[in-house]
Amino acid sequence: MSRTLYDLIGLLAGVAFILALKGLSHPKSARRGNLIGAFGATLATLVVFFYANPDSSLPLNNLGWIFGAIVVGLAVGVPAARKVQMTQMPQLVALFNGVGGGAAALVAIVEYLHLGSEATTAEVIFTVFTVIVGCVSFSGSIITFMKLQELMTTRPVIFPAGRFIIAATLVSVIGVGGWVVVALGTTPLLVLAGLSLLFGVLFVLPVGGADVPIVISLLNAFTGLTVAASGYVLDSVLLIIAGTLVGASGTILTRLMAEAMGRSLFGTLFGAFTAKPQAASDSAEERPVRSGSPDDVAILLNYARRVVIVPGFGLAVAQAQHTVRELADLMISKGIDVAYGIHPVAGRMPGHMNVLLAEANVPYDQLEEMDEINPTFSQTDVAIVIGANDVVNPAAENTPGCPIYGMPILQVSNAANVIFLKRSMRPGFAGIENELLYDPKTMLLFGDAKASLTKVVSALKAL
Amino acid sequence: MEPIAVISIFVLAVFVGFEVVSKVSSTLHTPLMSGANAIHGVILVGAIIVADHSSTNLELGLAVAAIVLATINMVGGFVVTDRMLEMFKGKKK
Repeated sequence: MSRTLYDLIGLLAGVAFILALKGLSHPKSARRGNLIGAFGATLATLVVFFYANPDSSLPLNNLGWIFGAIVVGLAVGVPAARKVQMTQMPQLVALFNGVGGGAAALVAIVEYLHLGSEATTAEVIFTVFTVIVGCVSFSGSIITFMKLQELMTTRPVIFPAGRFIIAATLVSVIGVGGWVVVALGTTPLLVLAGLSLLFGVLFVLPVGGADVPIVISLLNAFTGLTVAASGYVLDSVLLIIAGTLVGASGTILTRLMAEAMGRSLFGTLFGAFTAKPQAASDSAEERPVRSGSPDDVAILLNYARRVVIVPGFGLAVAQAQHTVRELADLMISKGIDVAYGIHPVAGRMPGHMNVLLAEANVPYDQLEEMDEINPTFSQTDVAIVIGANDVVNPAAENTPGCPIYGMPILQVSNAANVIFLKRSMRPGFAGIENELLYDPKTMLLFGDAKASLTKVVSALKAL
Repeated sequence: MEPIAVISIFVLAVFVGFEVVSKVSSTLHTPLMSGANAIHGVILVGAIIVADHSSTNLELGLAVAAIVLATINMVGGFVVTDRMLEMFKGKKK
C-alpha cells in the first residue's frame, strides 16, 4: 500500500471521529455516532497491517505477538464493558482512560528506546510530554477508580504540607523532563515516568468525591493530547487528528461539566490545596430525626396532589429504578400528579439518572430538569428523595465555605413534605452534613431503597 | 512531516473539537466522555507501529503491554458507550 493511500484512509478515520463526536452530542444520533467512531477506529487499526515503513517490509515484524496482545486486550476489555453494572460505569470509564494514558506513555518510551541518539530535539520534547502526561493520566485515573469504587475514602485526602509536596513533585517532574531533553538516556526517562506516576496520585488525592467526574473528564482530555504528541513522533496524521480532537472536545466537556455543577474548574482542581478543614459538626449526629414506616409514607402519598421524585446514587445502588416506576404508575392511577426531578449530576456522573430511568422505561416527559422543576416545589405536596443527598443539600445555598457551596441544587426544602429514603445517616458522597434531614417536615425511611419502595407500593395498594 | 503542516493540523483539529461539542445537554455528558475516551484508544495504531520495529526484548515487551492496554481502552470504550446509549433508545418526546 502506498503512503498516500495509507494517509488517505487515516484521514477517513479522522473524519469518522469528527462525525462520531458530533453524533454523540445529540440524543437522536448518539448511538450512531458511537458506531461511526468504532468503525473509524477499526479501519485505522486494520490499515496498519497493510502498510510497510520505508525501512521495513510486510508482513509486520512480531506479528504473532501483536495478534496475541490484541486478543488478550479483547478478552479483558469486552467482558468488562459488557458485564459492568450501570452503577459502576463511571469507574470503568476512568479505568479505560487510565490504561489508554498508560499505553501512550509506553509507546513513547519504546519509540524513545528505538530512536536512541537519532531522535531530534522536537521528538524528544514530544516524548517527554507524552511520558509525563500519560503517566499522570494513568495513575490519576487509578485513584479516581479507587475513589468511585470506594476502595478508598471518597473525601479529599489532604496531608500536612501537601501543597508543598505536590509543588516539589511538579518541579522535579519538569526538571527531570529537561534533563531527558538535554542528556538523553534511558535512566532519566524512567525516573521521569516514576515521578510522573507519583504526581498523578498526588494531584487526584485532594479532589473530593463529587468533583471526581470532572477530574476524569480532564484526564481524558490529557490522554487525547498524549495521543496527538505520539502522532508527531510516529509520523501519523491520524493520531494527531484523533488525539487533538479528544483533547479539545474533552477540555470543553470538562468545562461544561464543571458549569453544570456550578464549580469553577480552577477551584475543583486546586480548591483542596487551599481549603480549610471543615467545621466539625459531630454534635449534629446526636440530633433527633423523624423516621417513619412505609405505611406512614403511603398515607402521605395517598393524600398528595403533586409528588416529585428525586433520584440519586442510592437508587442506582439498590437497582430500584423499576420499583420506583411501579410506585409512580400506581400514584398516577390514583390521580396524583407525578414528576421526576433530575439533577444534572445526580449519581456519580452527569446523566447517570437519565440512563437508569430510561432503562426502567420511565416516560421521557416525566423527567424534568432542574430549572424546570425548581419553581414547582412550592406547589408540591411531597418530595421523595431516593438515595440522593448532596444535590438537595441546602448548605449549597446558605453555607458559604462548605465544599459544595455554589452548586445549584434541587430545592426540595420548598415542598410541603420531604421524604428521604436512606440507608443510614451517613452523609453523602461529598461528606457534608445535610440540615434538611433534621427539618420537622422531613420524614426518613431507613433501609435499602428497593426494599423500602416495595413496601411503600404494597402499603399504598392496600389503602 | 513538515512542522507547519503538523501545526496546521493541530490548530484546525482543536477548533473542530471545540465546535462539535460546544452545546451538549448534561444528559449526554457521560456517554460523550466515554465515546471520546474510546477514540483515544486509537493509540493502538501507535502501539502496533512500535511493536513492528521493536528490536530488543525490552522494547517488544513494552510494546506488547501497550497493545494490550490500548485494545482494552478502544474496544472496551466503544462497547461501554454503546451500552449506555442503548438505554436512550426510543425515548424521544
